[in-house]
Amino acid sequence: MLDVGDLSDRAVRTALPPLVALRSLSKRYGDLLANDAIDLEITPGEIRALLGENGAGKSTLVKILYGVIEPSAGDIYWEGHRIRIDSPVDARNLGIGMVFQHFSLFDELTVAENVAVALRHMSFEAVRRGLKAVSEGYGLGLDPDHLVRTLSAGERQRIEIVRCLLQNPKLIVLDEPTSVLTPQESERLFQTLEQLADEGKAILYISHKLEEVRRLCRTATILRGGRVVATLDPREKSAGEIAALMVGAEVGDVRREAREVASARVLEVQSLSMPALSSHERALVEVDVGVAAGEIVGIAGVAGNGQGELFAAISGERLSDSPGSVVIAGVPVGLRGIDERRKLGAAFVPEERLGHAAVPGHGLGDNTVLSHHAMGGLVRTGFIAFDRARDLAKRVIGDFDVRTPGPDAQASKLSGGNLQKFVVGREILRNPKVLVVDQPTWGVDAGAAQVIRKALIDLADGGAGVLIVSQDLDELFAIADRIAVIHEGRIGRIRPTAEWTREAIGLEMMGVAADDAH
Amino acid sequence: MRIELAPRTQVSPWGRALAPVAALIVSFAIAGLVIWLMGRSPIAAFQVYIVDPLMDPWSLREIAMKATPLVIIAIGLSYCFRANLWNIGAEGQFIVGAIFGSGLALAVHGSGAGIWVLPAMLILAMIGGALYGAIPAFLRLRFGVNEILTSLFLVYVAQLLLDYLVRGPWRDPMGFNFPQSVVFDAAATLPAIAGMGRVHIGVIFALIAVAVTMIVLGRTLFGYRLRVSGDAPRAARFAGFSQARTIVTVFCISGGLAGLAGMIEVSGVLRQLQPSISPGYGFTAIIVAFLGRLNPIGILIAGLIMALILIGGENAQIILRLPLDLALAFQGLVLLCVLSADALVTNRLRIVRVRA
Repeated sequence: MLDVGDLSDRAVRTALPPLVALRSLSKRYGDLLANDAIDLEITPGEIRALLGENGAGKSTLVKILYGVIEPSAGDIYWEGHRIRIDSPVDARNLGIGMVFQHFSLFDELTVAENVAVALRHMSFEAVRRGLKAVSEGYGLGLDPDHLVRTLSAGERQRIEIVRCLLQNPKLIVLDEPTSVLTPQESERLFQTLEQLADEGKAILYISHKLEEVRRLCRTATILRGGRVVATLDPREKSAGEIAALMVGAEVGDVRREAREVASARVLEVQSLSMPALSSHERALVEVDVGVAAGEIVGIAGVAGNGQGELFAAISGERLSDSPGSVVIAGVPVGLRGIDERRKLGAAFVPEERLGHAAVPGHGLGDNTVLSHHAMGGLVRTGFIAFDRARDLAKRVIGDFDVRTPGPDAQASKLSGGNLQKFVVGREILRNPKVLVVDQPTWGVDAGAAQVIRKALIDLADGGAGVLIVSQDLDELFAIADRIAVIHEGRIGRIRPTAEWTREAIGLEMMGVAADDAH
Repeated sequence: MRIELAPRTQVSPWGRALAPVAALIVSFAIAGLVIWLMGRSPIAAFQVYIVDPLMDPWSLREIAMKATPLVIIAIGLSYCFRANLWNIGAEGQFIVGAIFGSGLALAVHGSGAGIWVLPAMLILAMIGGALYGAIPAFLRLRFGVNEILTSLFLVYVAQLLLDYLVRGPWRDPMGFNFPQSVVFDAAATLPAIAGMGRVHIGVIFALIAVAVTMIVLGRTLFGYRLRVSGDAPRAARFAGFSQARTIVTVFCISGGLAGLAGMIEVSGVLRQLQPSISPGYGFTAIIVAFLGRLNPIGILIAGLIMALILIGGENAQIILRLPLDLALAFQGLVLLCVLSADALVTNRLRIVRVRA
């Protein structure tokens, strides 16, 4: 860290000095301005929301603040001094703490050991004592000696928060912290954050969930295309107005009308059980789900409760041991592979875009071959017709508004939202009779999410059955006809969406299901 | 203080293309330094190692002959490496292939059998190499054993098997007790190409392997399958490509080609079985595959370069009395430099000062 502040810089200070102030901060990658002259001030005791679509420049800004990347232009002031942040170590020494979206914890270590690994300058006993004190002080309820593998997602995240707090930060940055939490766990996180703010800590809260920003923050800075487009009080604006600022156009709420559903089942999962292959997996226990033609069925649940395993079993990435456990278009396919299931009219979109739904280093044209090669058209006598694959990619790009230079662009160069549109569009263009989607809009910006939800609804309206596995309750309430909850590898009763309340779903997601036998 | 490799956001295509060239230059420089430290002139060594062999027609033909097994094996290995599977045992598959084919040559020895013998030997050699290559694949699929270890260990088994055969059942009874087989009949010998001295038609096999592989890897669903399996295994599962089938197939292909190379070397150059039939072609080919960036044309060029270094090493041994070990060290140096250059093209080094 280099302090190059001088007297004239100090004149920038106002009566209530901001803890951190960014002035005309820019970051350029080649032709792309990821951050374009951003001004942002955060004062102690403030919970500031940073809102924006994927690719709006939120992560770039955070990485600059955390010393991971260097800004191309502009200044950072910390407590009134102009400073440089050259590395995460600099950032931590200043008093900037990060809570990342993805946990980096060792399952086989205890809570205290996990924290101690990150804080090597403190003795283990000091960490343990500090952890206990912080956990009690903020009501986090963490036992330092519990093994991480026994903890829920919410508890794991609290470890990250404690780890951050033990370094006594003045500014805490949280990147999409609620993506794996239940509504109840999120509420608990908000209370902790409010307590921290009351103690004078500044909090930068990054999200694209409008409701929670409205619940938690009094000031929101909205980024679009690398620029600050608005700084506002989210409580005074409707979710629609804020979303419009984020995407630059009025976003119509996608919602599905309640409708009569045909009785013909296009997908039937019957008492499907599968053992867990490793300690990181969930066993599936007696799962029953049916999807009729023209209907959207949603599976809600907290991450890690068997969603991935369910997807693998239905898609045929993993075979079951009885043919009748999965039935597609009337044909028992439990023992048949994914390509045979595709040939019966099924299509699948896995959760991970990069590395599962698409090969990162391959072009979009090549990536169409992944799910189309068994269907004819692209492959003849073992040879791939790459020109046709490119044409197909072009059609997906055109039909689903994928923003990319063209079919030769590498999948890894697309933003999350655009790649997701591509992956979903690639499957929808096959006109499937049944589509199974795992987390269709996870980590995707509001604009892309609307395009994807609209496409799923259109597909169902055209007579296909759609099964959506999602952590996003708003999404399920908006577009699913019926919803069930997955918890610890079991699926509860499927009920029409209108019969669910958010409370009831939240409770069932945590395994506190009301016994409806009586 | 510690040194970190941070991934580059932009990887320059020029950097990628020039990395092997830079690696060669750096390894020449390091080797030159070692030679200088040994009290010899690096300039003279460069002359003997690189320049002289390129000026001499006899050496050029020897380079073509040495490059032949290297290219054929490396082409086979490229199937494995592209799928992110590590067959380190091409040396053993080379030997077992040679044993399979030579078994036929020895069985029909002196019987006056016709021109069918040679093609049959080559096919048997491919089958032998493929079967031997399938063992690590099977062990990995059935028991989850790491294929790097098993394929490497099987090299020693193959070497000892060959040693046993030439000292035991297959020893030439008229050979004054030397551990070697009879010399193959003409029908079991790979013919030379007219006007090319000792250069045999195995060279053509190498060129065919390069051409076929270009088509297979670039244009077919099978080649696509390998790329996907190597780059993103979960995407391969999503595409319905069975991992088990991929593993078995690529090990059989690379084993089969290594076996073919073994038979070509024995029937084209040695013309009999000896306790040792390879100066480590199977290992050198790993370097060739990487130096050639797993690209068929690249492998062809890299094979010629490595053959040049081998011939140069022999020259240096004779003329400068530099030890043969130096040539081996040089090979290892080339591989290290190629891998480092790759790492530096996709990552940048940075030195991180850690404060207490």
